[in-house]
Amino acid sequence: MIRGKVTIAEEICKGCELCITACPQESLGLSDKINLKGYRYAVLIQDNCTGCINCALVCPDAAITVYRQKKPVKGVGPQVQIAA
Amino acid sequence: MDLPPITNGFELVYQKPQTLTETPMHYCPGCGHGVVHRVLMEVIDEMGLQDRTIGVAPVGCSVFAYEYMNIDVQEAAHGRASAVATGIKRVLPDRVVFSYQGDGDLAAIGTAETIHTVNRGENILMLFINNGVYGMTGGQMAPTTLLGMKTTTSPYGRETSLAGYPLKITELLAQLPGSYYVTRQAAHTAAAVRKLKKAVQLSLQYQLLNKGTCFIEVVSNCPSGWKMTPTESNKWLEANMFPIYPLGDLKTPAQPMN
Repeated sequence: MIRGKVTIAEEICKGCELCITACPQESLGLSDKINLKGYRYAVLIQDNCTGCINCALVCPDAAITVYRQKKPVKGVGPQVQIAA
Repeated sequence: MDLPPITNGFELVYQKPQTLTETPMHYCPGCGHGVVHRVLMEVIDEMGLQDRTIGVAPVGCSVFAYEYMNIDVQEAAHGRASAVATGIKRVLPDRVVFSYQGDGDLAAIGTAETIHTVNRGENILMLFINNGVYGMTGGQMAPTTLLGMKTTTSPYGRETSLAGYPLKITELLAQLPGSYYVTRQAAHTAAAVRKLKKAVQLSLQYQLLNKGTCFIEVVSNCPSGWKMTPTESNKWLEANMFPIYPLGDLKTPAQPMN
């Protein structure tokens, strides 16, 4: 499975829950904490995000940034991360 | 916005376009305006038109659109965005010009300007956000309010005997020979947003080719005006707005109205 992850700008989020409805994996939920505006903001509640960007597309406040795991290049073998 | 560093093996696939400013939007939670702003700015960013695009902001909820769009924006008097856009496009024909209006602005006070702009075939993009109420002033009845829909000025629901029928201005404009591309889209699901983005891309390409007026209606929600949660309002939108305002292209270059 392709793994993804999202970061949500907590102070921009207004807790409208549209991303929660849009997520096919049910990865998102509302936080227990509130932000400065007094809204409960969206957070990742499960580690099953696929990086499909549905949440980011419906976000009215452009608060969501999506990352996706790089696909391994075929025929190269496992990619080795070289520590800097 | 402070982005976290890209961690090992992860690549960035989606972020806020740089054509949107860092100013947090003042819109109510779940409002469709934010999505349409972002889609429009994404397209302008991808087409590399940031330095030659001029927008015209309306009066209504999106009156502060210039705070969020990192492009040149001119504010217009109530309903006159298309007239101002006409002037800008005629003086500066090499610029990409769009007007951005709501239903109270475009379909009520600005009906004359709207119809005549499209009838003249001005080479601009007109974006029309239709949510069926005057959102900014507290959810009063608009020309596009559905029959039976409760607003603060139609507390028992809109009646035809008193307030007539919902104005389908997009169908009306599709009849005019000046319009080149007329479409009705939505922004409530990811699939709808993708389609909307394609429509905006097409419209701007047509404008660069000097084809004529492109008109995009976005059927949107108004959680505050409709007194619903954002999720509920999107369901209500699908159930009640779409039968009256069906989505799809009304006029395309391949299928002009007969």
